[in-house]
Amino acid sequence: MFFGLSEEQEQFQDYVKKFLADNVTVDEIRKITNGEDEALAKEIYSGLINLGINALLVPEEHGGLGADLLSAVAVAQGLGSGVGPIPFAGAYVMAPIAINLAGSDEQKAKYLPQIVSNENKFGVGLSEYVAAREDAGIDLSNGKANGKALFVIDGDAADYFLLANKGGVLFLVDAKDKGIEITKLTSVDKTRSYLELNLKNAAAEVLPGSESDSEIAKKVLDAGRIIFAADSLGASESMIEKAVSYAKERKQFNRVIGSFQAVKHMCAEMASDLEPCYAMLWQAAHSFDHEPDEARLQACQAKSHISEVAKMVSKKATEVHGGMGFTDLLGLHYWFKRIGLNRQLLGGPELIREEAAEIQGFNQ
Amino acid sequence: MDLNYGAEYEDFRREVQAFCKEYQGVSFKSDSNDNNMSDALSGSSATKKSKKEVTRSDWQQILIEKGFIARAIPKEYGGYGGETDIIKSRIIATEFSKAKVPGGMGGQGIDMLVPTLLEWGSEEQKQKYIRPTLHGEMIWCQGYSEPNAGSDLASLQTKGELIDGNWVINGQKIWTSTAQYSQMMFCLVRTEPQAPKHSGISFILIPMDTPGIEIRPLVDMTLKAGFNEVFFDDVTVPEENIVAKRGEGWSVANSVLGHERGSLADPNATMNRLNTLINMMKEQTIDGRRLIDIPSYRDRLMQVQGKVMASQAHSLRLLSSKINPGQNVKLGGMIQKLVGTELRHELEGLAIDVLGEIGTLYEDSPYLKEDGSFQFTYMYFLGLIIGGGTNQIQKNIISERGLGMPKEPKVTEAS
Repeated sequence: MFFGLSEEQEQFQDYVKKFLADNVTVDEIRKITNGEDEALAKEIYSGLINLGINALLVPEEHGGLGADLLSAVAVAQGLGSGVGPIPFAGAYVMAPIAINLAGSDEQKAKYLPQIVSNENKFGVGLSEYVAAREDAGIDLSNGKANGKALFVIDGDAADYFLLANKGGVLFLVDAKDKGIEITKLTSVDKTRSYLELNLKNAAAEVLPGSESDSEIAKKVLDAGRIIFAADSLGASESMIEKAVSYAKERKQFNRVIGSFQAVKHMCAEMASDLEPCYAMLWQAAHSFDHEPDEARLQACQAKSHISEVAKMVSKKATEVHGGMGFTDLLGLHYWFKRIGLNRQLLGGPELIREEAAEIQGFNQ
Repeated sequence: MDLNYGAEYEDFRREVQAFCKEYQGVSFKSDSNDNNMSDALSGSSATKKSKKEVTRSDWQQILIEKGFIARAIPKEYGGYGGETDIIKSRIIATEFSKAKVPGGMGGQGIDMLVPTLLEWGSEEQKQKYIRPTLHGEMIWCQGYSEPNAGSDLASLQTKGELIDGNWVINGQKIWTSTAQYSQMMFCLVRTEPQAPKHSGISFILIPMDTPGIEIRPLVDMTLKAGFNEVFFDDVTVPEENIVAKRGEGWSVANSVLGHERGSLADPNATMNRLNTLINMMKEQTIDGRRLIDIPSYRDRLMQVQGKVMASQAHSLRLLSSKINPGQNVKLGGMIQKLVGTELRHELEGLAIDVLGEIGTLYEDSPYLKEDGSFQFTYMYFLGLIIGGGTNQIQKNIISERGLGMPKEPKVTEAS
């Protein structure tokens, strides 16, 4: 019996963390997110692709690493801890899982190797499948998609979009289709992109498995939620580390502020609420692949609970930094905002808890 | 990640399950000192009206013979005489909890004194005390805290002097639970007044029927479980009643304090209480509507469920770290008392809230739900949040030992 990340998974995570720590300082994040240095952005993106994060979930028969979701979670924790400004949850987790579970043999043979080579990239829009706001939502009929998708993730350089209608039928549209109008949404989190798509008779290539089995879309959603939870966990871990080390250095009243109980207790509260989240997250990822009966509930609870803890951490860690925590100069806000987006993407805590209750048959 | 325990352990699990089936519904003859809320605390339910009645000490004997408790305690001292096996312990706890079969006795003697004696006691002490303690025939109370030595326990002042081969003890202890039922007390006493405060303390065993001991009840807010104040007036016990050497009492006490902290909030018990709460919310209604169908109540329930699930997963990770040396759970163990007691308090408080006025009923009132155990446990866990090292002390420990933050500077006496 072993409960935790394997040595390989930890190593993979360390590579990601180290890469981000070495290459992506706050100044560099600022340049990238302001669009001031596209070359740097590309360099970071390709550096992480070179580590193989795109190939993780693609089965070996299609050239990928055939890893389980827990391995992707290990990577996502690493990306969250360094606010990695690259696509992941949609492009390299939800898309390959959807295509692998619901795609025809031809679709798998075509698209999965493209994910491994990264020659075609996938944005993912399942927000309306979870909860349609602003009259968004997509109708699918006769191979044509019509409607609006908001908060499409990882869509910045996408060649295809993976979308769903309200019934959970998954389909791909080509980003070059004349029926697609793409608008950028500006959120507080500038480390990742969020798009609006307006579709008018865009050609939709349905993943046929999702028509016959409506559970597949939910499975894809579970994976995305677990990954966003992992990202928030990593970001929270990093914020606590920053808060603790700042508190050990910053002096007031002739003492380091970390010797005041008011500050120590804030740090202890953050750490002790976050600590059980690791196990919760890993168990949810493990269940995703190995315990199907438990998987949906665990994915929902991991996403909502970790989102709540991460919100608390993002607030308290900022407070420990005092006025500096509030400045752009220190850049702590990149973590704060990333946690803020992760919380809402694919369903905020209240919506997801309602789903968790439904899964258990609580609300009749 | 590998959540399988292996075939050997699955056999063992079946053995435990068969035992639980055989003893399902077992209850205790009223020879015990338990108050009627102990089932709520442990999340088990030894029902009052049942087919099988045993005494507490018979039950201890049955469990010891099976190796379900006292597993790693040598046979010569009354234990099972097996190897420590964390996975088996876990399986036992889980299956007993699922089947709602009562586990072994707890208490200061079994949980704290026995491991202390095994580590520090003389051969005579082990022979004399461990067997009757394990069998529930010798109840112990713990004499640590004093009115002026709470969180700062090491400043305790109860005095012990060695006079003519006897310890003569004077002073006062407080928060002593079960003192009125106990045959024995293990007590921290200042025997070396000249030594620095941590090295002037000795660990002494005191029979409670020794002349000069006065016990005064100190009723707590639940009005059920009681504490006591214990006064010592020239209480005289033989010199050999000291455990380890003079001045080593602080080390002796600290070596088992960790056990107590970990055991204060068992995740299995918490999961059972959550299930009790869920069932109650499906049965009880407001204006004919089930409580669980009221969205605001349901959301709070789901929030608590999330925390309980996190706790459960966390306990698996801690278990794993004990089996797989080198697995890093630096902070993992330290947070258990803080997180576990707060969670239980929140869970029981939610049950009261969803019951509204009905949730405040107590003792033998009409309309009582679950014997009033939600109110009792809600208050009892407030006691545990304060006791066993307050949760503020826990936060100091977590920040200093877990996060490496500096200690509060010492205030000098002169200022």
